[in-house]
Amino acid sequence: MKKTTVIATNRFGLGARPGDFDSVDRNPQTWLLDQLQGPSRLPADIRKLPPSSSVLTDVQALRREERQRRKSADSDNPDMVPVEKYGQVARSHFMDQVAARYRTAAASDHPFHERLVHFWSNHFAISADEQPLPTITGLFENEAIRPHVAGKFANLLIAAEQHPAMILFLDNQRSIGPNSQFGKRANRRNKDRNVGLNENLAREILELHTLGVAGGYTQEDVTTFAKVITGWSIGGTNENGRFAEGDPGKFEFRESFHEPGKKTLLGKSYRQRDVDQGEAVLRDLALHPSTAKFVATKLARHFVADAPPTGLVDTLAATYLESDGDLSAVYQALIQADEPWREVHAKYKTPHEFVVSTFRAFNHVPDDARFIVRALDLMGQTTFRPGSPEGWPDTAEQWGGADGLYKRIEWCNTVARVVGSKARPVELGNAVLGPGMSAATRKSIARAESEVQGLTLLLASPDFQRR
Amino acid sequence: MITRRDIIKTAGAGAAASVWPTALFAKPDTDARFVLVILRGAADGLSIAAPYGDGNYLGVRGELALPSPGRADGLLKLDGMFGLHPSLAGVYEEFEKKQALIVHAIASPYRERSHFDGQDVLENGGSGAGLLRDGWLNRALAPLGNSFGNEKAIAMATNTPLVLRGENSVTSWAPSQLPDAEESTIQRLQDLYAEDEFFATRLMQALKSQELANDEPGMQRTRGRSGNADQVRNMMVATARFLSADDGPRIAVLEAGGWDTHQNQGTTAGSLANRLAGLDAALIALRDGLGSTWSDTVVAVVTEFGRTVHVNGTRGTDHGTATAAILLGGAVSGGRVLADWPGLAKSDLYEGRDLMPTADTRSLFKGILADHLGVPDAMLERSVFPDSAGAKKTQDLIRA
Repeated sequence: MKKTTVIATNRFGLGARPGDFDSVDRNPQTWLLDQLQGPSRLPADIRKLPPSSSVLTDVQALRREERQRRKSADSDNPDMVPVEKYGQVARSHFMDQVAARYRTAAASDHPFHERLVHFWSNHFAISADEQPLPTITGLFENEAIRPHVAGKFANLLIAAEQHPAMILFLDNQRSIGPNSQFGKRANRRNKDRNVGLNENLAREILELHTLGVAGGYTQEDVTTFAKVITGWSIGGTNENGRFAEGDPGKFEFRESFHEPGKKTLLGKSYRQRDVDQGEAVLRDLALHPSTAKFVATKLARHFVADAPPTGLVDTLAATYLESDGDLSAVYQALIQADEPWREVHAKYKTPHEFVVSTFRAFNHVPDDARFIVRALDLMGQTTFRPGSPEGWPDTAEQWGGADGLYKRIEWCNTVARVVGSKARPVELGNAVLGPGMSAATRKSIARAESEVQGLTLLLASPDFQRR
Repeated sequence: MITRRDIIKTAGAGAAASVWPTALFAKPDTDARFVLVILRGAADGLSIAAPYGDGNYLGVRGELALPSPGRADGLLKLDGMFGLHPSLAGVYEEFEKKQALIVHAIASPYRERSHFDGQDVLENGGSGAGLLRDGWLNRALAPLGNSFGNEKAIAMATNTPLVLRGENSVTSWAPSQLPDAEESTIQRLQDLYAEDEFFATRLMQALKSQELANDEPGMQRTRGRSGNADQVRNMMVATARFLSADDGPRIAVLEAGGWDTHQNQGTTAGSLANRLAGLDAALIALRDGLGSTWSDTVVAVVTEFGRTVHVNGTRGTDHGTATAAILLGGAVSGGRVLADWPGLAKSDLYEGRDLMPTADTRSLFKGILADHLGVPDAMLERSVFPDSAGAKKTQDLIRA
């Protein structure tokens, strides 16, 4: 079996299922390229989920109702809040989305495409910390990211920035142009009221989604860009009962919030009106050399090494620019380069990758998604909650410490106990690591005192924990 | 039966010797201990230490004002201006022993109101969010040298918080809800990892932490959500274990969540009072756990920013600017409040809504690092807190 088969399956894919090597081995590079368009139909577990617009509309209404009830409750005793249904509903949406994500990843026949979905969802990270984000973060991944991972970066970018989850996460629904109709009225009424720009989304688009922190923009560019995207909001009624126009729970351009006029950003002037102005800026940002470099670096880091080879980064960035930001062209250049195919084990798996590859090795996903959430929480990578718009780092500095490894070992042992009787350790090792299994790992597994111990050693081995 | 302790003892001489230089077991010879507690979510400084002596206090704080010292459930009197929240009785005991100090109207250089960015600035030690990718406490480890041992610092968490991330090796520990792997499995993994330094180092660090934590019965099975008061207390008990071990770390970082009191904050009772009581119990558990080592200890309790002076529409407070920090421990020159009090009149407030910052968290950290841990001033200015010329080291925080 070819070494490249193991790399394609375990580093570019999500980890081998027993039997996968046979089909990959014919031509690993072709196997990857054939996946770029993804499955012809959305995976069943994802098809079953409701759209974010209806979830958002429902949970906001529920929240409004409960606030109302709380206000009218016994005012002498603020701790006595009526029983909250919101929490249960929100949790069940969150858990359904987690379950769908991990079932899909474990069963996917397009694991490279699925990895790209996870990669870009982390690039455009939403942290489901504050309500109602936990109810739609998994839907964001499916609605804004999944359809665009193999297309033009500009389309991915626009879809991500216009998704209600992104608007809410980075507060753009609160950002009001000082010279917009709404802004002028509010400022006339009350000078102290905090009505104005919120730069969050504009700043993170420049810093984290496109140019990168050293990508050559100024604070003035941030402020101007924030003005450009004023009015990018969500339709329907929010939790405070404000706003009524637009499709509930969907992206809505609110003209009354939009800072009017021509704007100059990164040395170029934009005369478009309304939502077109922001989209024009995003399309230009998508084709900026800094964006090409930033995207190329992140892809090379993800698929080759924590310290990505500069030659490869340059090649990918050049391909990106030549193809007008066509991500498939960039993936193709990556797959056809030499650098990814040198080392079998080049990256320490993140907790997420480790858990997914274990599910695939055993062809088993826990029925109750809470077990998945708890496991990832213990290992330091709480599902959909990276804690900041920067997402999870792709190097081990944050989640790769001593305690994280120890939790993995404990988890391997727990998993081995649950599913241990279904698999024989050495056979499974051959089936999921192939020539990527070192002599030391093979010897250790073969000498294990029980099957459970053998499986624990396999999963905890450096070979399985790397990709 | 082989125990973890045996595994660790034999590791230096056994199969793993090639990657386990005995230097790992070099014992620190400093007495100094430092614990940094980060309250995540922006704790309300005006409730931690309330300025009851400020004529505007009752008016601006309205229904969230705490009763003056001497009244039922009243503030614990610090001086003629400030009183400690009644839930912080243990901290007050230390204050009376002159081993606790409050710094008020303090803030990091961050002047906006995002939790993430605020925590980023508090921890990266720079002058703005995202400017530095490692933490000031990690950078401060470089000049400490071998007197602090090999693993100088521990993150009491699975994920190392930014303040401890960086080039210098640190260890980490958090309780688990998963069953232990069998000893023989662990031993076989040690053999399997022997030729792989990345895995071998981490497993050895983890086993050492397990051993230290396991001496405390019940520590392994701490349950509950993170930030839960009992959990914070249990983490402190474990911290005391780590810091008092001969060959343990000398510096620890803990995090406690749940301070974002936008609604129903409460006063002498309620959600914030419960959090503070949990914090108080945790700090006292640390003191008791450290025993005689307490006299060499400094604990700093800080948060990313404060909360609005006025009460909001849901009986809580929103994101603000300046707040209070607590310093305690036997090495602290305490029994006083350090504050250049900005006042609470409307015109005194930052942007008309927040307590105006008059002290800088970096000044406080510089005072601790220099006078307690011995980090040279030049390093503090150059590498630990770049761009901090405006934040002069706070003098005399540490007992002479």
